[in-house]
Amino acid sequence: MSENAIGREIPDSIPGCEKLKPFQGAFANTPLVRQEKGNRNLPRLNKLLDTVEQAVLKTGLKDGMTISFHHHFRNGDKVVNMVMDVIANLGIKNLTLASSSLTTVHDELLPHIKNGVISRIITSGLRSKLGEHISAGIMDVPVLFHSHGGRARAVETGQIKIDVAFLGVPSSDVYGNANGFTGTSACGSLGYAIVDAKHASRVVLITDNLVEYPNTPFSIDQDLVDHIVVVDSVGDSSRIATGATRLTSNPKDLLIAQNAADVIAYSPYFEDGFSLQTGSGGASLATTRYLSDYMRRRGLTCSWALGGITSQIVKMHQEGLIKRMLDVQSFDLDAVNSIAVNPMHTEIDASYYANPLNKGCAVNKLNVVVLSALEIDTNFNVNVLTGSDGIIMGASGGHSDTAVGSGLSVVVAPLIRGRISSVVDRVLTVVTPGESVDILVTDRGIAINPRRKDLVDYFHGSKLPLYTIQELKERAERVAGTPEPIKFGDRIVGLVEYRDGTIIDVIRNIAD
Amino acid sequence: MKLRRTMLYVPGGNAAMVKDAHIYRSDAIMFDLEDSIAVNEKDSARLLVFHALRTLNYEGTETVVRINGLDSPYGRDDIKAMVNAGPDIIRLPKTETAQDIQDVEELIRQEEKAAGLEEGSIALMAAVESPLGILNAYQIATASSRLIGIAFGAEDYVTNMKTSRSRAGSEIFYARSALVTAARAAGIYALDTVFSDLNDEEGFVEEVRMAKQLGFDGKSIISPRQIRPVHDVFAPTEAEVEAALRVMRGIAEAKKRNMGVITVDGKMVDKPMVDRAERIIEMAKASGQRIPEEELHV
Repeated sequence: MSENAIGREIPDSIPGCEKLKPFQGAFANTPLVRQEKGNRNLPRLNKLLDTVEQAVLKTGLKDGMTISFHHHFRNGDKVVNMVMDVIANLGIKNLTLASSSLTTVHDELLPHIKNGVISRIITSGLRSKLGEHISAGIMDVPVLFHSHGGRARAVETGQIKIDVAFLGVPSSDVYGNANGFTGTSACGSLGYAIVDAKHASRVVLITDNLVEYPNTPFSIDQDLVDHIVVVDSVGDSSRIATGATRLTSNPKDLLIAQNAADVIAYSPYFEDGFSLQTGSGGASLATTRYLSDYMRRRGLTCSWALGGITSQIVKMHQEGLIKRMLDVQSFDLDAVNSIAVNPMHTEIDASYYANPLNKGCAVNKLNVVVLSALEIDTNFNVNVLTGSDGIIMGASGGHSDTAVGSGLSVVVAPLIRGRISSVVDRVLTVVTPGESVDILVTDRGIAINPRRKDLVDYFHGSKLPLYTIQELKERAERVAGTPEPIKFGDRIVGLVEYRDGTIIDVIRNIAD
Repeated sequence: MKLRRTMLYVPGGNAAMVKDAHIYRSDAIMFDLEDSIAVNEKDSARLLVFHALRTLNYEGTETVVRINGLDSPYGRDDIKAMVNAGPDIIRLPKTETAQDIQDVEELIRQEEKAAGLEEGSIALMAAVESPLGILNAYQIATASSRLIGIAFGAEDYVTNMKTSRSRAGSEIFYARSALVTAARAAGIYALDTVFSDLNDEEGFVEEVRMAKQLGFDGKSIISPRQIRPVHDVFAPTEAEVEAALRVMRGIAEAKKRNMGVITVDGKMVDKPMVDRAERIIEMAKASGQRIPEEELHV
């Protein structure tokens, strides 16, 4: 028995209870809580630090640790480069960079790689010079490429142990409540950032828009955040969210989109209440235009859409063709504005979106997805990561997640790109296995995966231009011929991880 | 009935377009060696189109080549190459007289002979783009048995006429009518001029409707985006097809009962009406509309 700080007698222990710790004072054991009640001056408690450098130091970042970023600012991002420059200046080395993806603005990381600040990269995609140099073999350890769902799985299971997450946010209050749809750098959903915030050991928010407490509604909860730094700008707003994603006017892409819409509309999946996801570029997005025509004619609506939400999807919703939207990444200003005000447009995080090992992710419920491809082979394996020259220039993204989760996965691509067939015997890099790819739609014909016998039977007798994938390949080769094979070296520069954590393919360096 | 509702211009020097031209399903594709090809590219464009025609499968789309005129340094080489390449039609630009046609025909005939090809294997088309050409339209249209159609080119015509193009098109109204009249008198096809403003979809459809009303068989087009609107305008509506079928059923009935004159839908059915009905049904069939087999026999 002993006396606690308030003068009460507390036993040291009681059988059946945990060891009892006597009260030591109202502020003694809770350092983050206010330390005395006398101060009535505003502002109250806050997590603000003056500079990014202070934040890096306070997190205790050391050599060899893992840091993470999100890519919601797309080609307008300033956060990754800004933080990496600070970290480099502090002399910290051998970090693992786990950014959910990397874009064309991240070429500035090359010096940090060369100087040993970054010794490992884990990401969904690489482009531009960064991709070229890594393909040439500047890193000792191969880059690990994951899908969006795969990353969420890895973070949640601890395969990726994030020591510090540096999360750029368009708005935050002094205590760390952040959302993605307010402020000049608004980016919409913070789906990828939320997963990092939930699992990183330390979370630093970087914002250019400090707002009044509490910043409701919030996507990142204050109780996950360690430090906050206010900077002039987290991104170039004109490149974070363009006005509205424009539909392509390229006649070939429109033709492919029309063909894809014809296929989907003919399929058994095109029924009232179906769900849909499309990619954001070219032919995949344009499919929504022609599908909308079919939907209007037949009086069908989508019960929900998943994305990658663009203004096209938002417009379909406003017209009444789509009821609800689940959004892990908002692509343009229309989508950003919609998520801010519309209860039918809901932010989801990357785990909810596509983590195959949680209690049920969104892609599992998806009916139809329209995806793109750089290459596809006669087994329907798809490459979205390396170009026809073997150089890393794309991203795994949600491709393999949605392909396998959906009831009908439609891949769209021009049969011939430039002077090369898109259909090959063996893709250079497998990102999405053929078992999960159902139909290929090109400008010159459609091929159904023979594994989908039900679809082959269903489409039999339709007036659609159906061919085997072999026939499509031959049609392309009759025009374009067969190119010389790419010469690879023997060093592995990239590991392609399937969403379940297994390695589906490797990327080798380009021989000089 | 050969459909020539749409003839898609393809610059002969653009390899990507040349290999893809047919995927958009226009009725015809016209590889251009003339105005869209720079002077220093004339030979490479000729070679590209030659090889494309010999190697690629255009899957039944009618192939046309617009050669340079004989008044240019390129015309003769174009004819030589194209007779050997084997498009369906050679199109002559800026035709003004029947002699222009005959001169080209003679060169084609010689080349066919030299290459051991059957005479007449390549057909001809003429573009009429000047006042003189319009005045000579009928002579041009009847100048050769190979000539299957004449097309109107408004740009050059309007320049020659010392005026400019207007939306309403009054400055080319006579030329259009004259061309169609000549084509009909000669029993060949008539194609309307191009519409260059790709973003004015409404204006385009208006013009196509007007061309159809004047009697044109189709239109020269410059982008795949223009194909569907033209096909939609030229496609007989369900109502038109039904009305035409009623005429044909009426005729069949009249024949069965040995009746002389009949009325259908309140109108007396005379030969022109029957001809129109037949043409509508043919056009519907050719555009892919389904007509029950029993209806087709009178």
